[in-house]
Amino acid sequence: MEQRGYYGRYGGAFIPEILVSTFDELVSAFEEAKSDPSFWQEYEEIMHTYSGRPTPITYAENLTRHFGGARIFIKREDLNHTGAHKANNVMGQGLLVKRMGKSRVIAETGAGQHGVATATMAAKYGLACTIYMGETDVLRQRPNVFWMERLGAKVVPVTDGSRILKDAINEAFRDWVSNMDNTHYVLGTACGPHPYPEMVSWFQSIIGREARKQILALAGKLPTRVYACVGGGSNALGIFNGFMNDPVELVGAEAAGKGLHSGKHASRIASGDGSPGVAQGYKTYFLQNNDGQMKETHSVAAGLDYVGVSPILASLGESGRVRFTGATDKEVIDALRLTMKTEGLIPALESAHAFAQAFKEAPGLSGDDIILINQSGRGDKDIFTVADAFDDPHWKTFIRKKAEAYHA
Amino acid sequence: MLEKYLKKRLKEKPILLMTHIVVGYPSFEASMDLVKEMVKAGVDLMELQIPFSEPIADGPVILRANQTALERGATVEKCLEFAAKAAGEFQIPFLIMTYYNILYRYGVNSFVSRMADTGLKGAIIADLPPEEGSEYLNTMRAHDLSSVPIFSPTTTSERMAYLNGFAHGFIYCVARKGVTGAQTAFSESLDDYLKRCRSASSLPLAVGFGVSCKSDVDYLSGKADIAVIGTQTLRIMEKDGVEAVGKFVSELRP
Ligand SMILES: Cc1ncc(COP(=O)(O)O)c(C=O)c1O
Repeated sequence: MEQRGYYGRYGGAFIPEILVSTFDELVSAFEEAKSDPSFWQEYEEIMHTYSGRPTPITYAENLTRHFGGARIFIKREDLNHTGAHKANNVMGQGLLVKRMGKSRVIAETGAGQHGVATATMAAKYGLACTIYMGETDVLRQRPNVFWMERLGAKVVPVTDGSRILKDAINEAFRDWVSNMDNTHYVLGTACGPHPYPEMVSWFQSIIGREARKQILALAGKLPTRVYACVGGGSNALGIFNGFMNDPVELVGAEAAGKGLHSGKHASRIASGDGSPGVAQGYKTYFLQNNDGQMKETHSVAAGLDYVGVSPILASLGESGRVRFTGATDKEVIDALRLTMKTEGLIPALESAHAFAQAFKEAPGLSGDDIILINQSGRGDKDIFTVADAFDDPHWKTFIRKKAEAYHA
Repeated sequence: MLEKYLKKRLKEKPILLMTHIVVGYPSFEASMDLVKEMVKAGVDLMELQIPFSEPIADGPVILRANQTALERGATVEKCLEFAAKAAGEFQIPFLIMTYYNILYRYGVNSFVSRMADTGLKGAIIADLPPEEGSEYLNTMRAHDLSSVPIFSPTTTSERMAYLNGFAHGFIYCVARKGVTGAQTAFSESLDDYLKRCRSASSLPLAVGFGVSCKSDVDYLSGKADIAVIGTQTLRIMEKDGVEAVGKFVSELRP
């Protein structure tokens, strides 16, 4: 191991000694794959035949008319198999697992999208699969728990710590230090020790590579701004990577929860509440107290409810290349309502953060401007949370009847 | 400094004992009582763990102790004051065990100076490989404190030699894969691993993770220099109280 994986001051690999050889193995498998052109070809092929890539870009004509500013386009990562960009990373790591000859995968999941994607990959490649999920998220993303289990994965609810995404990551590491010989940890976002930030954003860069070509073909020019929600940062880096060297403003929407200044959010950068720290194997901006103890976070979207952020984004935020903002729970629900009604699209609550931010800014731009929103996933998984947010009476009646049928 | 002390003690005893507590768990008072009991029971050195909210190398027992200590108001300041008091009152060496963020947030330099000023002898940082730790390692050396490296069964002999280059005091040899608290099979593969450790370093070898009874300590006598008892004393304290820990520790050696 050498010191590596730094982006400005952030990144690195702060790992217990027991994992050093495992990371060395992973780094060399990744480096080999990266320098082998047939690997990326194989990856594109599997994403095409299994996940339906390339995903299209949709012109949101009605939203454009509604806001009367920039023309709004949407990159449709929700159309991936399993309904989110998470499949891109998971299938890529799956190919690496095959190369490394391991027989078991583990993963953390927040929204459950990464867990479902990992469970499908494991089913397809004949791997044993265990998914760690905070107890709070098990409850708020129950449909995905059902699918993971049906796909043959073991879902372990994590009852320690704040019982959300970061705690699931800790548990996955604890499993890995015992079982690294046959097990690969499919980390779901561009966080964690090197090589994960680089590796996950490399696989996700398929989004931006497609999007740049597609928007040029569709609109004849580059977008003025690109919006993505930022949990760990993988869908954002995926689409941003396509426009990094272009005169395009890149905007990351963090979860502002009950407000950026409420203390109840998961905004590590835009709120100004985050500070540099080292946890979960890497250095980045964390929501932590002065002692370095991690704080509780809050977001309506489980997939954004995380204390850290990709070290690559921390660096891009510091250099000013990416602008960070936050969308509140309420803005997100409103954006979701509007998008469903006007376009017939159902973004995941996570993705709806990018929509909400774009909606705030679209009216201030002109009809010559184009904005591109990354719809990182579809919202079916959020049916319980959204039904509650909309206080949907028919849904409540249905649930009551269903409970009666189960004699609950 | 620490190395000399350990080697001197090793002339008097077949194996040394290092015990561990999570500072502030279940309370600061109980923590001090534990130290007292352990010293009275004859331990040769102690690890004081400063609790961290994300202890990824620790198993469920120590993890929950970390959480509970934090919930009950343990701060880094209080833990350092506690450590200073222990080091002032008792004659054995005390080391800090924790995760890197605690030092990083405090300021590595200030943290290490404070350790030196208050009579602590060294530190074990679970998530800081030397590749990331040059500031820490240099400061520790400048203050004549022991930075204790960790060997594991997955560490190659080549890397053991590399880690040994940064070592002061002793080497912490993790007995097996996994986190703290699980069972360890004390068997031949452990012997081979300890032989590899021995040939990589002339420093005393401490063996931890899963050492939980007298027969484990007996097994290690002659193969290692220090037996590390971590989770087991926590379990005993939780079940039978602080005094039971003293009795348990005093019966670990003939
Ligand atoms: C649909 C969707 N979007 C976004 C995210 C946030 O992750 P990231 O920031 O890595 O894209 C998640 C995470 O679970 C998700 O499920």
